[in-house]
Amino acid sequence: MHRIAIVGGGTGGTVLANRLANELKTEIEAGEVEVRLITADPEHVYKPTFLYVPFGKKTVDDASRPIEELVDRRVTLEIGEVTGVDTDRKQLSFPDGSTLEYDQFVLATGANLEPEVIPGLAEGGHHFYGPDGAERLRDELAEFTEGHIVLSVIGVPHMCPAAPVEFTLMVDDWLRERGRREDVDVTYTYPINRAHGLESIAEWATALFEERDVTLETFFNVDEIDPDAGIVETVEGIELEYDLLVAIPPHRGSDLVTDAGLGEDGWVDVDRHTLEATVAEDVYAIGDVADVPTSKAGSVAHYEAGVVADRIASRARGQTPTATYDGKTVCFLEAGMDEATFIEFEYGEEPYVREPSKPLHWAKLGYNESYWLTARGLL
Amino acid sequence: MTDVFNPDVTIDSRGATCPGPMMDLIGKVKTLDPGTVVELQTSERNSTTDVPEWLEKAGHDLLEIEERDGHWNIYLEVN
Repeated sequence: MHRIAIVGGGTGGTVLANRLANELKTEIEAGEVEVRLITADPEHVYKPTFLYVPFGKKTVDDASRPIEELVDRRVTLEIGEVTGVDTDRKQLSFPDGSTLEYDQFVLATGANLEPEVIPGLAEGGHHFYGPDGAERLRDELAEFTEGHIVLSVIGVPHMCPAAPVEFTLMVDDWLRERGRREDVDVTYTYPINRAHGLESIAEWATALFEERDVTLETFFNVDEIDPDAGIVETVEGIELEYDLLVAIPPHRGSDLVTDAGLGEDGWVDVDRHTLEATVAEDVYAIGDVADVPTSKAGSVAHYEAGVVADRIASRARGQTPTATYDGKTVCFLEAGMDEATFIEFEYGEEPYVREPSKPLHWAKLGYNESYWLTARGLL
Repeated sequence: MTDVFNPDVTIDSRGATCPGPMMDLIGKVKTLDPGTVVELQTSERNSTTDVPEWLEKAGHDLLEIEERDGHWNIYLEVN
């Protein structure tokens, strides 16, 4: 039997498992192929929901559903940890010492937050990149009547390069709606010489920040936080005082990756078009854990999953794979509480940022609801 | 000239869209020990001015910028 093993039940892993179940349904039902999805969390999380939690628009419960409700019945779903991968023996190992052989293997373990890497950040800063962080920030923001809010992009790389800009524009609008904006200063900081890695986003954001009285600090690389004094200190020697610090924390990949020799920093080295690991055969990576030259974004995981499903199914059938991933990335960007814009691009393209509008905001909210169809491999 | 530098680490950011070569470089450099020679491959002309500017601010050494067919190789040493 041809066994396809996928580790990680986020967007990439779930879409992939469902697409494979559909493409190989005949072979699976005949007992010739197994698609096994192994994931540690029985809940499937849609992270973009967390952006709305600090503003009271969503709750953390809205962000997740049991993964067994989303996965095709032909997928063998296993809730558990994988402790190691031996790519020479083509074997996974588990906490109880047991092993599982695979014919093709996909890493979709995502990105993890590691705020503890920056001294003082865990104590002195908030974030909206996970459920606990988003809820704590909601409580803090609800009581915030005056002072200095600093949104600081610290982690490089980080999930969703758009989210820091979105949060800043949303908090500005939200405070205005609640009549508190005049008593609050808002600052946005970024590590390089402009507001965003993408020039078109940087230009768009800079113009909006100026219009909305948001201070922009560039070349701002955070070294440490003094939580008692409320000061952010940078490599460049800047000390910035804050009353509420919202940080995009440092991120890391997976120890599974480093231990298996698939990538030095915990992100998997892959061919950017086939998503195949550069150093091992029959190993792929998709989603945030894959080191590809585009955003760590849900849409990337989604499109990569489609390509890898085709490639794996071809191999399972003894055919030469032909599907390739050209870097397709799609992002909705909130520009406040009721307007949004939208960008899409492929490798080598600079996206065009449309004028924000209410219909695009509604489209983003609409997609947030329909996402569960994407997870099921249907949309 | 390339052979003289013999980079320890190569970052291939050609065609990199979001968040782009500068962020790829910064993220990687944070993980490297002083003395590491890095080669950044970028297809963005702006990198040839942006990267030296960041290197100066961050205290790393620019070694060389080479123009190739459709891209640039930027060599630097981590301090």
